[in-house]
Amino acid sequence: MYQVKSARLLAENVYETWIEAPHVSRNAEAGQFLVLRIDDEGERIPLTISGVDGDCVRVIFMAVGTTTEKLAALKTGDAIHDVVGPLGQPSEVHHFGSCVLVGGGVGIACLPIIAKALKESGNSVIGIIGARNKDLLILEDEMKEACDELIITTDDGSYGIKGFAAGPLKEICESRPPDAVWVIGPAIMMKVTSGVTKPFGIKTFVSLNPVMVDGTGMCGSCRVVVNGETKFACVDGPEFDAHQVDFDLLMSRQRFYHPEEKESREHHHSGGCGCGGHH
Amino acid sequence: MADRSAEVRINDFSEVDCGISAEEAVIEAERCLRCKKPACVEGCPVGIDIPGFLKYIEEEDFRSAIGIIKNSNMLPAICGRVCPQEVQCEGECILGVKGKPIAIGALERFLADWEREHGVTVPESKEKRKERIAIVGSGPAGLTAAAELARNGFSVTIFEALHAAGGVLIYGIPEFRLPKKVVAAEIDEVKRLGVLIRTNHLVGRSVPVEELLSYDAIIIATGAGLPAFMGIPGENLIGVYSANEFLTRVNLMHANAFPQYDTPVKRGGNVVVIGGGNVAMDSARVARRMGADVTLVYRRRQEDMPARLVEVHHAEEEGIRFLTCTNPTRILGEGTVTGVEVVSMDMCELDDSGRPSAKPIPGSEQIIPADVVIEAIGQSPNPLLIRMIEGLVREKKGNLKVDEKGRTTVPKIFAAGDVATGAATVILAMGAAKVAAESVRKMFDGE
Repeated sequence: MYQVKSARLLAENVYETWIEAPHVSRNAEAGQFLVLRIDDEGERIPLTISGVDGDCVRVIFMAVGTTTEKLAALKTGDAIHDVVGPLGQPSEVHHFGSCVLVGGGVGIACLPIIAKALKESGNSVIGIIGARNKDLLILEDEMKEACDELIITTDDGSYGIKGFAAGPLKEICESRPPDAVWVIGPAIMMKVTSGVTKPFGIKTFVSLNPVMVDGTGMCGSCRVVVNGETKFACVDGPEFDAHQVDFDLLMSRQRFYHPEEKESREHHHSGGCGCGGHH
Repeated sequence: MADRSAEVRINDFSEVDCGISAEEAVIEAERCLRCKKPACVEGCPVGIDIPGFLKYIEEEDFRSAIGIIKNSNMLPAICGRVCPQEVQCEGECILGVKGKPIAIGALERFLADWEREHGVTVPESKEKRKERIAIVGSGPAGLTAAAELARNGFSVTIFEALHAAGGVLIYGIPEFRLPKKVVAAEIDEVKRLGVLIRTNHLVGRSVPVEELLSYDAIIIATGAGLPAFMGIPGENLIGVYSANEFLTRVNLMHANAFPQYDTPVKRGGNVVVIGGGNVAMDSARVARRMGADVTLVYRRRQEDMPARLVEVHHAEEEGIRFLTCTNPTRILGEGTVTGVEVVSMDMCELDDSGRPSAKPIPGSEQIIPADVVIEAIGQSPNPLLIRMIEGLVREKKGNLKVDEKGRTTVPKIFAAGDVATGAATVILAMGAAKVAAESVRKMFDGE
């Protein structure tokens, strides 16, 4: 059992939870993830490690389905059955020169830990964070602190620059091309945004988020195609060269269980979980 | 040795074979000829004193009988169920020459089940020693090595990456062949010997390699969990599973009881399973129990299947369609699987493995409709940890190089089970684990 040390709402439907898991926190590096299982009936889901503090590890997630809703309902002192990690390859952090980190929506959660690691390796770091609107934007202060410069975009223009993060990224590529770029967010956002750097030939990383089960390379549920080769995102990734990823396949495979995910949510909301529907 | 009828058992995940009664056990044990040089013992990879425990069964002293088994084997309820006895102990039984060999597996299982119902006695351990041993992996090899070393007084920690101990016993072999409560009970016995099992710990990630190397000796028992894919077009379509994923979802995560359990799996419809080993049989029979119409595609003849004969029979009884001498060429569909294109195979002369090699017959292609495809064509050792430890040598197919004493190429690091042999059987893994544990003990005793 792993104890929840603190939990809070960051933005509409987006939660931050700190979990006591020393075996994870003490060994975690930027870009890695963990797999957790909340209770005996629970499934295993992967979440990016978005911060460590002593024996605790932080996850930031959007409550979109059965497991994330269960996780969002946990309060300080509650327990999580299983936490395994850190998993996956760490981000490729070394001295590039100048780097740009682009985060979309809850994908922003992955960035501060990478930004800090890149700064420690002597890079200058520009952050671009984008959300649908002002209320959905997370970790602005943390990113301000971690980056040399921070650009904010919202789709509706309610805060920062109006439009997608791809806009400012393109401007930077034209005016002062960076040496490496990270783009992390929903698959479609990663596909579109990482396309911006391709004509400039700038090394670009994305962190893929396919369906996972064990997270240790024993099943291939998370397989993705990179440069024409099948890779397991949990052990070969989750970060890959953005310009070699088959995003359409990734998005197709992410839809694998959409009907079942809906069924599961309905089951839990109708009280099938035994809680009588009181969430 | 009564199997539940196929019509009934395909509707649930309860055990197929109900086991034997005490009366049947005694009658069966009385048939033993008490050979001077018992070949059955030679046939058992862990060398159980089989005539010894049969004699106690005959005397209806079941407590002493199980004691004899446990001197050699800490997981008898598991081995009695899943060992391929026909090629091991029972295959060597002299009575098998002219008639039926003694049903050693059924008797072993009877005793283990009897003990679980009548109270378990934990074997005594020797005096505590100061040496700390790390075991990586809690499958049959890891558990056996842990039990052996704990009984010899060592302080033993097992690191397990999954949330439950047992390895293939818990995620691979389905409930209807090996009930999970039986596995849990035998693992509890290993814990009662003082073995610490740390689940959710992936060595090399959650446990740095330096920390692992700080132990006085290490046994790597990480198995062969890396699934192979055929490499044919369409493998990444929705509905194509490795057998590992399909079985893990059902056996470990209880996806058959979705949505009560949260893990989903595609069920029902037409399922095509590719392969002819035990893993293929397990996958096919699991899919059948979730309402699917199942076709098993195997490129050689039925008699060439590496699966246990009894499992092939069970699968046939349960209505699995066998398409032998047939090989998939591509998986069809747009986004989601709709079918598998297969080609008939011509059986040619025997190859190195003693099985006929198979060549595709041009023009014999046909399409089998499929909503789910499960590839059960083999597994190899996961290279993650092996690559992280300097000096470990991998052989062909990624197997870890190990000598006959279970020693790797690095001092104080030993290995046992599928990681060294490639995917094999539970009992062979246990046999190798006993050898490795003995090598560890001898190293500290200066033998």
